[in-house]
Amino acid sequence: MHLIRGLQDKLARISMLALALFAGLLVFLMAFGLFLRSRPILDSIPLMELLLSSSWHPLKGEFGLFPFLTGTVWVTGVSIVIAVPFSLLCAMYLAEYAPVSIREWVKPLVDLLAGIPSVVYGICGVLIIIPLIKDHLAPLFGSFSTGYSVLAGGVVLAVMVFPIIIHVCLEVFASVPYEVREASLALGATRWQTTKKVVLRKAMPGILAAFVLGLSRAFGETMAVLMVAGNVARVPRSLLDPAYPLPALIANNYGEMMSVPLYDSALLLASLLLLVVVLFFNVLSRLVLIRIERGIQ
Amino acid sequence: MEYKAHIRVRNLSVSYGTEQALKDVTVDLPEKKITAIIGPSGCGKTTLLKSFNRLIDAVDGIKVQGEVYLNGDNIYGPGIDVTHLRQKMGLLSQRPYPLPMSIYDNVAYGPRIHGIRKRRRLKEIVEHYLRESSLWDEVKDRLHTPASSLSVGQQQRLCLARGLAVEPEIILGDEPTSALDPTASQRIEEKFLQLKAKYTIVVVTHILRQAIRLADYVVFMYLGQLIEHGPARKVFENPQEELTRGYIKGVIV
Ligand SMILES: Nc1ncnc2c1ncn2[C@@H]1O[C@H](COP(=O)(O)OP(=O)(O)O)[C@@H](O)[C@H]1O
Ligand SMILES: [Mg+2]
Repeated sequence: MHLIRGLQDKLARISMLALALFAGLLVFLMAFGLFLRSRPILDSIPLMELLLSSSWHPLKGEFGLFPFLTGTVWVTGVSIVIAVPFSLLCAMYLAEYAPVSIREWVKPLVDLLAGIPSVVYGICGVLIIIPLIKDHLAPLFGSFSTGYSVLAGGVVLAVMVFPIIIHVCLEVFASVPYEVREASLALGATRWQTTKKVVLRKAMPGILAAFVLGLSRAFGETMAVLMVAGNVARVPRSLLDPAYPLPALIANNYGEMMSVPLYDSALLLASLLLLVVVLFFNVLSRLVLIRIERGIQ
Repeated sequence: MEYKAHIRVRNLSVSYGTEQALKDVTVDLPEKKITAIIGPSGCGKTTLLKSFNRLIDAVDGIKVQGEVYLNGDNIYGPGIDVTHLRQKMGLLSQRPYPLPMSIYDNVAYGPRIHGIRKRRRLKEIVEHYLRESSLWDEVKDRLHTPASSLSVGQQQRLCLARGLAVEPEIILGDEPTSALDPTASQRIEEKFLQLKAKYTIVVVTHILRQAIRLADYVVFMYLGQLIEHGPARKVFENPQEELTRGYIKGVIV
């Protein structure tokens, strides 16, 4: 009896350990798998050419990823440019100005925003942002646009990364000791001076980490962008041009035309790139945030 | 001995939400003297101190009743400019909290906020007040390194310099030596004894012996109430109240 219980305990512990290890290793396994599968294309076309060529003609054996890379960079860039000032001001208001009652009300609402499925954001983008750009914004600049564009993708993504940035910024602001604010106020500084010169400065590493975390989210976001960005495999030249971000390329094409040689290898290379970039940003920002949480400055 | 009052507190009551931290406190604090506010922890010493520069305003759900007169003006009256009021008082907190910037910028922070822009003038101010707080010799070669690189004792003296640089009339200290080692504490105490020639000093302390060393005037608080106040000699040697006697003997902690 005693023996069996001991054995059970041991078994349970070992299997749980194995599962935990597996979960931890999963990301490396995935990266490794993607790497193996993208070997064929890396062996036949130099990496630099894959990254910098603009010609994407799978049937002719040309797999230039440049349009998709620039598409991703454009859309992500626009989203961050929009999201950063909005979410920073919002977090600053909530953390430094709002009475506790308002803050405690708004915080869960903001977090709720993060839980909305991205396809819903996509739909809202198609129904609201696209017509707005097509019928109002583009004519204003005297140009034509279908509405499906870098700008549309950027706006939708911006709304999607707001909650992440706001949430992390709020935590970073909360980690700034109250006494530092008091020190500034006690010298006769106003709230705004205190926020701008002391709190922001103290919180800056964390705020940057929040931006990078938002960036990595925007970088990998697929569904919503796919629905509004236009998906034309050309390097975008302006905000109103369509773009074809990397995740959209993969989602749209994987599983089709697989008989084309090297096609699937090219898409898996694209996935690997995406994974590596997103992981890099993610790990970077989390490391900074962990340091802040532990109070190392 | 007659004292000229600098801060006059009249029927001051403060509550945090439902918790009353100060109950009907009335007292006069003498000018250019060191007043020690003593009492067991949680009795409202910090609250009383921070009501002088209205730092307690920033707390959510705070209620203040009564008046505090500074040079005859009620600081809780209408038309008071809080930033101007705070400029008249330098604050030292329990632990030093340097601003996230260089040693130089810490001292220059206040003057800059109040509109001094000329670099020459700022430099003079910084040097002057670093000397005033006996820190100059230790930091003059590294003024532009982060203030956080200083030792805790040096940081506290930096905070003193920072507070003095806005040219206050009053120095408020909230257990300013509680995070410091004995030597660093002693330096702050010596500083206070020198500075009282120019400033009114109000210092909260729960170290009775520190109060005996420093104080000209003593305010004893207990559970939000002012129990006894008077010249230090009188309160320490001949306390009138049972509670004060208990506290001084170490029966009440
Ligand atoms: N920010 C605050 N919010 C709520 N209650 C507070 C706050 N600050 C102090 N108090 C309460 O007010 C009382 C007096 O506190 P304090 O003035 O800090 O005492 P002391 O400095 O003598 O230790 C305590 O009971 C404390 O719990
Ligand atoms: Mg206290």
